[in-house]
Amino acid sequence: MVQLALPKNSRIGKGRHYPAPQGASRVKTFRIYRYDPEGTENPRWDTYDVDVGACGPMLLDVLIHIKNTVDPTLTFRRSCREGVCGSCAMNIGGRNTLACTHGWEDAPGAEIQVSPLPSQPVVKDLVPDLTLFYAQYASIEPWLHTETPEPQTEWKQSIEDRSKLDGLYECILCACCSTSCPSYWWNGEKYLGPATLLHAYRWLIDSRDEAAGARLDALEDPFKLYRCHTIMNCAQVCPKGLNPAKAIAEIKKLMVERVV
Amino acid sequence: MTAASGRFRTPLSRARGLGAAKHGVGHFIAERVSGMVLIPLSIWAAFAGLKLAAGGYAMAVEWLAQPLNAVLLSLFIVAGFTHLRLAIQVVVEDYVYGFVSKSSLLILNYLVCVLGAALGVFAILKVALLGAF
Repeated sequence: MVQLALPKNSRIGKGRHYPAPQGASRVKTFRIYRYDPEGTENPRWDTYDVDVGACGPMLLDVLIHIKNTVDPTLTFRRSCREGVCGSCAMNIGGRNTLACTHGWEDAPGAEIQVSPLPSQPVVKDLVPDLTLFYAQYASIEPWLHTETPEPQTEWKQSIEDRSKLDGLYECILCACCSTSCPSYWWNGEKYLGPATLLHAYRWLIDSRDEAAGARLDALEDPFKLYRCHTIMNCAQVCPKGLNPAKAIAEIKKLMVERVV
Repeated sequence: MTAASGRFRTPLSRARGLGAAKHGVGHFIAERVSGMVLIPLSIWAAFAGLKLAAGGYAMAVEWLAQPLNAVLLSLFIVAGFTHLRLAIQVVVEDYVYGFVSKSSLLILNYLVCVLGAALGVFAILKVALLGAF
């Protein structure tokens, strides 16, 4: 059956407290998940009273400030710091989003809680292990499938057909949607999850692709596709404003279309 | 596949699993069609229930003996149990993991719903064709 309580070695204890420096102009408290799976300790919540007057407006600015000036052991991923790479996806104030585009003032609560993306193994602190997530993406073969000999120039596409990919191609695979989906929490090994299915739909409706039937065959499964129960967390958290639930509904419509 | 046997599997092998079962669309369609059929039937059944609650036993027997009522109530029972079976199947698939417990519950779900529908339709036919006394 589904596990409702955390296993004993995953229970989160109280961690250290890092007070604000003397003379801090504006102080805000951040409660950050800390865990090193290679160590022997359970995960813990460390609290940092941060002088937010000394750092930028985004949550990522706060994390970088903590790492540079308070606690260099804090581990997190970041790269582009402008919502393009998807590296700094994490759970901020109970909501999956990108630390680089999410202002800490927008997070609810007196203490802002920051934890890694839910339901994935933790590599360290705020870094989740997304190996299976990436493999699921690879499993839908996210590239153009054609049998017709390649044309002398490019594969052509009308402006209307190209516009069908809008709202799909923008996905940066940050995993905010998949890891916010309860169906993915319960059946993440078998359900492909919203991000992968959004990409599956992106290739299904690409007018240049010749493998729609084979792609649908590979998705027609009670678990790979039909675990989506339109919970809509995916659309609610997507930091790029995309709607994976709609893409999944469109795949289900294509499934019906080919049998009716 | 057990966790132990999966220790050295590649991520892509894990993601592909045993491949697609090539079914699911039938369940999807049946769940929606039975749901749509149940909308008018449930409204009709609710009104019928209120009407019958106000009358006595003999009136209920007489009501059920009318062909239209007997047929509609049978359809309501069959569509209801069909929808229930499909919905419970989704809940079991979502939350029960072991192969034996999952398949046992799916079979039990099937049998209970078929039994419920059979008993309901039999009772309606008995009253409609042979009377209740």
